[in-house]
Amino acid sequence: MERDDIIEYSLDAHHSEDEGRKIRKKIIFVTALLTIVTAVEVGLGIIASGWVGVKWELVKWSFIVMTLVKAGYIVMVFMHLGDERKALRWLILAPYAMFILYLSFICLTEALAIADGVNETGIGQ
Amino acid sequence: MSGEASKSIPTKVLWEGGRSPFSVSYGKMMMWFFLISDALTFGGLLVSLGFAKHRYETDAMVGEIAWPVSENVFWHFPFTHAFLPLMYVALMTFILIVSSVTMVLAVEAGHRMDRKAVTRWMAWTVVGGAIFLGSQVWEWSSFIKGSDYGAYRMADGRMATLINMNDDHGHGGGHEAAAPALAEGEEHAHDGEHHGDAHANHGDSHANHGDEHASHGDAHAEHGDAHTGHGDDHADHSDDHAESHAQHDNESGHYGNDHGHDHGDAHGHEEAVDWENPLEIPNQEKYAWALVLERTDTIKEAELVAEVMHTNEHVRGASLSRNEYGHTLYANFFFFITGFHGTHVLSGVILNFIILLGVLKGTYHNRGHYEMVEKVGLYWHFVDLVWVFVFTFFYLI
Repeated sequence: MERDDIIEYSLDAHHSEDEGRKIRKKIIFVTALLTIVTAVEVGLGIIASGWVGVKWELVKWSFIVMTLVKAGYIVMVFMHLGDERKALRWLILAPYAMFILYLSFICLTEALAIADGVNETGIGQ
Repeated sequence: MSGEASKSIPTKVLWEGGRSPFSVSYGKMMMWFFLISDALTFGGLLVSLGFAKHRYETDAMVGEIAWPVSENVFWHFPFTHAFLPLMYVALMTFILIVSSVTMVLAVEAGHRMDRKAVTRWMAWTVVGGAIFLGSQVWEWSSFIKGSDYGAYRMADGRMATLINMNDDHGHGGGHEAAAPALAEGEEHAHDGEHHGDAHANHGDSHANHGDEHASHGDAHAEHGDAHTGHGDDHADHSDDHAESHAQHDNESGHYGNDHGHDHGDAHGHEEAVDWENPLEIPNQEKYAWALVLERTDTIKEAELVAEVMHTNEHVRGASLSRNEYGHTLYANFFFFITGFHGTHVLSGVILNFIILLGVLKGTYHNRGHYEMVEKVGLYWHFVDLVWVFVFTFFYLI
C-alpha cells in the first residue's frame, strides 16, 4: 500500500553524472585535508611532548582549532549539513554549541579551583 | 547537492502545512535529533575527562600522582618494539576517516542511482569499520598488558617506572627518552628538590607502615575481586597476598617476588628474572635497572632501586583499579570513552552491513532513492566525528 503521509524529499535529491564528478572532486579534497591536518596534529603532538607553560598552551589551542576545522568539514560536507536549509543548520548546531561551551567552561573552571584549593590547603589529597 | 533543500518556497505554501519542516524527510531529521543527543553524551564524557585532567594534571608539579602523558603510554606498534608515540592511534584515525570517505562516496553514488557503486563503497565501509574495531582490540590489549617491565607503586601513590638502562632492543626507550627531556626543561631547577622529596616520602612510607598496610589490604581485596576472571595465576596471587599480609613485617620483599614470577610467565620468551633480588640476577650487565619517578626524577643507584623494588607493589599494565602509567582515572576514562565509541562503531558496522544487504537485494533501487544509505551514512560520519574529538582530547592534549 502506498502511504501518502510520508513526503519523500529524497526523490529530488538525485544528481547527474557531471554533478557527481564535481561532488567527488570535493570529497577527495576534503579527504586530503583531513589526512594532512591529522598528520600535522600527530607530528606536533610528538614534538611538543613534554612542553609546559605558554608554549604548551599555544599547542593545545592549535589542536583544538585543527579539530574544529576537521569537524566542520565532516559535518558540512560529509554529513551534507551545508546543503540543508539554513534553519535546520542552526537548529542542530546552535543549541549544541551553546550547551557544550557552557559545560566545558564551568567544569574546567571548577576543576582548576578544586586543584588549587587542594594544593594550597593539602585537604583532599 | 541540488534538491528540495535548496529550492525556494513561497511563504504562502510554506505556512499552509502538508510539508515537512526544513524540507527534510522525517527519518533524516530524527537521525539528526538522535545524533545531537548522542553528541551530548560524548560531550559530557569528554568534559568530565577534562575535569579530571585539570584537577590532577597540575599535581605533578607538587610531587603527586601524575596524569599520564599519552605519548608515553600509547607508543606501541604491532610487529615492532620501536618507540612510535601515537603512530598506531594516528593509523586508526586514518582508517576511520577513509571509511567515512567510502561512505560519502556510497551516498553520492546513490544519488546517481548507481547500484553497483553503492554496493562497492558500502562494502568497503563495512571492511574499514571492521579493521578499526580490530585495531581497537589491539590497542586495548596492549594497554592492559602494559610496558615490558612495569612500574612500582610508591606508598604515596606515585608510580616509579622501571627501565633497563642496558636495553639494546629499545625496550622502554620511550620512558628513557621522555625523562631527560622533562628534566632539561623548567623542571630542572626543581630536580634536586624532587629527589629529596622522593626520598623523604620514602622514609615516611616506612614510618607509617601501619596505615599503608591497611590501604594495601583494601586495594588488594578489590584487586582479587576484579581479577578473578583472569585465570589461575591471579587467583594464586591474591592468596599469596593474604599470606604476605599476615607476615608483612618481616617479609615485605615477598611482594616483588610474586610479581616477578607473574612477569616471567607472561614473558615466556625472555629468561625468567628473579625480581626479589635484582642485584643477583645472572647476566647482570644485561639488566641495569633504573627507576623514573613520575617522569621527573631518575633513580639509578642500585641499592635504592632494589629498596623500591622490595618494598613497593609492582604494577604492570592497566585495569579499572590500577594503572602503571599514573593515575587510575586515566585508565578508567580510556576504557569508558574508547569503549563507548567502540560500541558505536560496532553497531555502525552492523547497521552498515544490514543496509548493504538491502542494497544487494535492490530494496532501495526499487524504492527510487537511496535515502536509507544517507541515513546510515549520517550515523557513520558521526562515529568518525566523535573519534576526531576523542583523538584530540584523549590522546593529543
